[in-house]
Amino acid sequence: MIVSEQKPFGQIFDFVRDYNNILVLGCGTCMTVCMAGGENEVGVLSRQLKLAARHNNLNMNIDELTITRQCDREFFDENATEKINRSDVVLSLGCGVGVQYIVELFPEVIVRPGVNTRFYGANISQGLWLERCAGCGECVLDQYEGICPIARCAKSLMNGPCGGSADGMCEVDTENTECAGQLIYERFKNLNKLDELLEIKPPKNWSAGRDGGPGRIAREDMMFDE
Amino acid sequence: MLKKKPKIIAFCCHYCAFTAADLAGTMRLQYPANVNIVRLPCTGKVNANMLLQAFVDEADGVMVAGCEPGSCHFLEGNVRAVKRVSFAREKLSEAGINPERLEMFHIPASEGPLFAKSAKEFTEKISQLEKKGDGEADEPDSDETGVETGETDSREIGAEKGEPD
Repeated sequence: MIVSEQKPFGQIFDFVRDYNNILVLGCGTCMTVCMAGGENEVGVLSRQLKLAARHNNLNMNIDELTITRQCDREFFDENATEKINRSDVVLSLGCGVGVQYIVELFPEVIVRPGVNTRFYGANISQGLWLERCAGCGECVLDQYEGICPIARCAKSLMNGPCGGSADGMCEVDTENTECAGQLIYERFKNLNKLDELLEIKPPKNWSAGRDGGPGRIAREDMMFDE
Repeated sequence: MLKKKPKIIAFCCHYCAFTAADLAGTMRLQYPANVNIVRLPCTGKVNANMLLQAFVDEADGVMVAGCEPGSCHFLEGNVRAVKRVSFAREKLSEAGINPERLEMFHIPASEGPLFAKSAKEFTEKISQLEKKGDGEADEPDSDETGVETGETDSREIGAEKGEPD
């Protein structure tokens, strides 16, 4: 899933303090699971805004809504559309995709982001999310037995580990970040395939990633004829 | 301006603090009548939404009263409540509300006197905060100038500074 964290409240408040009708719009998918912008977070943030508005003698009408996904047109139903059109500013707790999609669907509405979108990650344990994919466009997990050197190595080294690896940890954060090169080595060792690691991996083809501008996937078979 | 009586909401665990409050009544112990008790099955039920809503609904102070550590009927509810209260205090602070207005208590069922004492002391604390002008800006003039209390409001607007006070 996409993992985000809420922006500092001061920044959020500055985004909306000049508006009267504010809609705090949550997203029911990734942002709910990563506890950054689901129904609960929308509730807490709305209440914070109400208290801050009262404290600053500002007249703010704060409405709240959480839709299933902000990156899909079908979830902007009649109720959501009415609430969005009625507001002066939409504070989106969706990821960066959600914020932009609202702007596309409702060009006349001002939208502000309430979260910082961070990475594609897994929920390792309650309250802990770690990056696992970099969305590089050409998956190499087959070559590394399911451990991604692109996302999990600070240098994205295809032939790691580097000299910054010590006791299985990365020098970037020796407390919390495991060395991907070491993890890959351990994995191959457990599978009795260490000899395969002797092969030097050629430079990765990055053209599937950011090269060539924004990504586009078009499936003719899935499209409606118009 | 000082309000007559601060409005206090006390979220109490059914198994301990609520029973203690009941016992305080049975023992004819006096505690401030402005403490409004909300009975919960466990303080593990509280969340930041609920606590902040109390302030949105004009509470001046909020108590969360659960079992002592290690004696939760549901094992860990009170421990979780401590974390959630701590989280809600941060959120209050960010919104410009003095986090001292929200406090966690641990009151066993047999401690009627402790409940009465805690309710009294917390009410007194909130009254002092109100007196110092450390409340919400429901009296704009005094809050902005500090003239009424003869002192500058020490609490900066956290929201404007972008950091907790």
